[in-house]
Amino acid sequence: MARGLALAVALITLVTVGIFATHVWWFPEDISAHGPALDRQFTETFIGTGILFVLAQLGLAFFVWKYRDRGDARKARVLPGGAKWTVVTAFLFVGIEVMVLGMVGQRVWASLYLAGAEPGALQIQVQGEQFAFYFRYPGPDGKFGPVHPEKVDEANENYYGLDREGDADSKDDIVTARLAIPVHRPIELILRAKDVGHSFYVPELRVQQDLVPGMEIPIHFTATKTGRYEIVCTQLCGLGHYNMRAFLEVMPEEAFQKWLREQSSAQ
Amino acid sequence: MAAEMPVEAVHGHKAPEGFISKYIFSYDHKVIGKQYFLLALFSVFVGMVLSWLIRFHLVWPAAHIPGLEKISPTGAAGGVMTPEYYLSLLTLHGTLMIFFVLTTAPQGGFGNYFLPIQIGAEDMAFPLLNMLSFWTAFLALAVLMASFFVTDGPPTSGWTAYPPLSAVGPVAGPGQGMGQTLWVISIAIFCVSSLLGALNFIVTMLDLRTRGMSLMRLPLTCWAWFVTAVLSLLSFSVLFAAGALLLLDRVAGTSFFIPAGLVFNDRVLPHSGGSPLLWQHLFWFFGHPEVYIAIVPGMGIISHVLSCFCRKPILGYRAMTYCLIAIAILSFTVWGHHMFVSGMSPYSAFLFSTATLAITVPAAIKTLNWLGTLWGGKLRLTTAMLFAIGFVSLFVTGGLSGVFLAQPSLDVYLHATYFVVGHFHMVMGVAAIFAIFAGAYFWFPKMFGRMMNESLGKTHFLLTFLGVNCVFMPMHFIGLAGNPRRYSTFVANFLQPLLSVHKFMTIAAFVTGAAQLIFLYNFFRSMRKGPKAPMNPWEATSLEWSIPSPPPFDNFGGRHPVVYRGPYEYGVPGAEKDFLMQDSPEGVTAR
Amino acid sequence: MASDEAMGATGVGHPHASPHAAERSGSRMEASLYAISSRKLGMWLFLVSDAITFAALLVAYSYLRVASENWPRPFRFSPSIVNATIMTFVLVTSSVTMVLAVRAAKEGRRRGAAGWLLATMLGGVVFAALHLREWLTLIHEGVRLFQNPWGTPLFGAAFFSLTGLHIAHVCAGVIYLGAVAIGAGRGRVSADAVEISGLYWCFVDLVWMFIFPLVYLMSARMG
Repeated sequence: MARGLALAVALITLVTVGIFATHVWWFPEDISAHGPALDRQFTETFIGTGILFVLAQLGLAFFVWKYRDRGDARKARVLPGGAKWTVVTAFLFVGIEVMVLGMVGQRVWASLYLAGAEPGALQIQVQGEQFAFYFRYPGPDGKFGPVHPEKVDEANENYYGLDREGDADSKDDIVTARLAIPVHRPIELILRAKDVGHSFYVPELRVQQDLVPGMEIPIHFTATKTGRYEIVCTQLCGLGHYNMRAFLEVMPEEAFQKWLREQSSAQ
Repeated sequence: MAAEMPVEAVHGHKAPEGFISKYIFSYDHKVIGKQYFLLALFSVFVGMVLSWLIRFHLVWPAAHIPGLEKISPTGAAGGVMTPEYYLSLLTLHGTLMIFFVLTTAPQGGFGNYFLPIQIGAEDMAFPLLNMLSFWTAFLALAVLMASFFVTDGPPTSGWTAYPPLSAVGPVAGPGQGMGQTLWVISIAIFCVSSLLGALNFIVTMLDLRTRGMSLMRLPLTCWAWFVTAVLSLLSFSVLFAAGALLLLDRVAGTSFFIPAGLVFNDRVLPHSGGSPLLWQHLFWFFGHPEVYIAIVPGMGIISHVLSCFCRKPILGYRAMTYCLIAIAILSFTVWGHHMFVSGMSPYSAFLFSTATLAITVPAAIKTLNWLGTLWGGKLRLTTAMLFAIGFVSLFVTGGLSGVFLAQPSLDVYLHATYFVVGHFHMVMGVAAIFAIFAGAYFWFPKMFGRMMNESLGKTHFLLTFLGVNCVFMPMHFIGLAGNPRRYSTFVANFLQPLLSVHKFMTIAAFVTGAAQLIFLYNFFRSMRKGPKAPMNPWEATSLEWSIPSPPPFDNFGGRHPVVYRGPYEYGVPGAEKDFLMQDSPEGVTAR
Repeated sequence: MASDEAMGATGVGHPHASPHAAERSGSRMEASLYAISSRKLGMWLFLVSDAITFAALLVAYSYLRVASENWPRPFRFSPSIVNATIMTFVLVTSSVTMVLAVRAAKEGRRRGAAGWLLATMLGGVVFAALHLREWLTLIHEGVRLFQNPWGTPLFGAAFFSLTGLHIAHVCAGVIYLGAVAIGAGRGRVSADAVEISGLYWCFVDLVWMFIFPLVYLMSARMG
């Protein structure tokens, strides 16, 4: 039994590490400016915890096999020095390593959340509702018109509750079901929710943020590669949660301007 | 003298007569412990069936499950699950497993049964409160099960019940009517049960220790139950308050968690002023200590079992107790790591992250001490020992995945993906369950007076150990690929390549679940037909092994044991056998 | 102790109910960590958990109030703050009578203990009556859990839920004290039990000392 268990633990450890290390299933390719730092942080954490994982599991397997009672007169031995060594090891290796990982990792977080968007970033509003995302561009005047919850009219596609007749700033606002952005340009998304909590997640973009009713939450990023990517909701919002998604389209600048003009005339 | 007085005079209550007072409304902590086990067994069975339905649906969403339409005519008409039905499955699965299995069996089950015995007492400090705490938990379970059958559908907002979804009522969709309200009521009742139990455990441990049982001679199981009780006392109080506010939002029109301007079906709700984040803060202030409530008793059981079957004292007894206390204190400082991307202040992320990473240290000390106990030991690989070793392996896995989630930068990517699901299942759904199994195999002879079958036990262990790794390790892989959680079907393009992994996990889940039948068969058959158990089949040292199997009504038969030594005196040189029991006066030296 | 015999010892044969650790050391049990009876320790622990429940509600109230723009301040000095001050005075006085009841119990004065307990109960009833009268006035003015004529609807929700939980504790306390008073009068209940009920009552008073400034004074309209 000892051999069987030791083998099982060793096998599980090696298979797991192998699958992780060979990236059988891994992050999708990164398309954001902050992505490489985040991915690097992940890899460092992975190596650090991976070493601990292998040492602990293989150590466990080895001890199970080596110290099994073979029916001989061997006496059990206490670790020389007692728990002093385990405490010291835990503080030094685990403690310091883990804290350093944490400290270094805060930089990515700080760049995402403590610094605001670059001035001149393209501002786009994102609204989550049961069960779709709608996006609003401010139009040529660069201003978002006010939102009137009582004017929301799903059947007539007035998702934001805009009063285009009454509010000057709303006249040129562009509301779409697709999030198109120009590549290599700083973007600021203002996230809001119309009914319950939702979340905005694009794995390739390395961006995730909850949409909280009653709050307008800004996030910022710069996309570095064109293409079409899926936006999915990751905050349980009701029966359609699994189906709540939209598409992020990263385009060259000229294509984006053209798209924006087309959307504008379709309002 | 105490030994000469009739049993009734020294014990707080007379030996009960009659079926009702012996088995139903019993004051005896041993009966109450078994009642908690039955409650947990029922809950884990239902929870496991729900998990099978969940995993089945993920791989075959359009499949017709024969018979399901009879149990749930609205949720699964024609035997095909609706998306909201899937959400209610995962809500009830989480609620049952976390509250009614992991918060009952290790503490209310094993703790109730063995804390008084291990400290040399006849019963808990407040036997009536003990009985009430069980029946309150039973009532909470009944209310929760009732939520399954209401016309509006069972609750669908997850065990975390975030508002506004959980607060605005039926306008938010199916499963948000009476089902959700019953869920809140059930949880509130469960809070009362936990608080009554916690009170009892703390007073018992402080006041009822027999002579010689100083605090530093307590088995680590007792320390674990004590620390867990303190955690429960402090954290369930907060959940109770939060639940009360949520209930008011649902039925009394208040807006504690509901801000202004919410629009459903083109109509603006009349609420205003509330904050969804307030619920998250209150809930997770309870929620994080809760997961330690789920695992700390298990840690105590593992230390206890490992020491016995390595035939050596647990390495670093004092360090182990301090680490339990450190983990408990730190557990109140980390709740925000569930909320990194929730919209709360990003500055707070630094504090929560640092505190979360700091918990690695006492957890690592404990793990290294378990490994250090194995080192140089004389390992007796009984089934209980196998599960204890399995716990260490799984706790390492589960704990290390937490290091990723503790960093907010990485949590930006990993939050709400299957990486999180894999992490918490590893620590709670696997490691904690392994501790329950270790305790079950270890203490079965004492509780029922018979031995379980070791071959069946070892088979059960190996299949389960391999099986849980096959079910839950892949969740980390697909989490890295960005697979979100709580999805009833995988529609997004980027998820399609991952369906094969889901199929693998589903099959593994069914096989692992089936393997539990071996345990059930072994458990119930051995209760009747197992070979009779001696007083101390494992040659263990703590007080429960100094009384008959099963114990008499007042545990020690009228005598009051005197304790002469610590709880893990194994491998003692010069002792007649290779161990010294706690109440054995043999070779007593001043310590 | 003489007073225990006069009051009647608690529960037959409960070795752990003895309030004095000194009786236990050198006997069959290890000395308790705290030199108080198990029942008293149990009450302390219950009060800790109850305090945390109230604290959670007060934290929720503070959080929402800080986040809110139009929190009304409807309590004019007269009659609202005057009324609340009288209520506070009544409750504090009832705590004094409670302490006197405990002292009487410890000195074995059965009728004194029962009398002071009744006085405490009376204080509780007067407090509750004044409180309910205030509630009815507010309700008459249009304050509900979900709306009020002056500002954010959260005002009514916070006010009624916080004070509601407190007044429920007061009412439960009056019933509890009633049972203790009857037992004390008949000599069936120990001084320890009276003191334990005193802990509860003083706790309820202490909670009011937080609610009064945080809810009433902070919503007072001065000038």
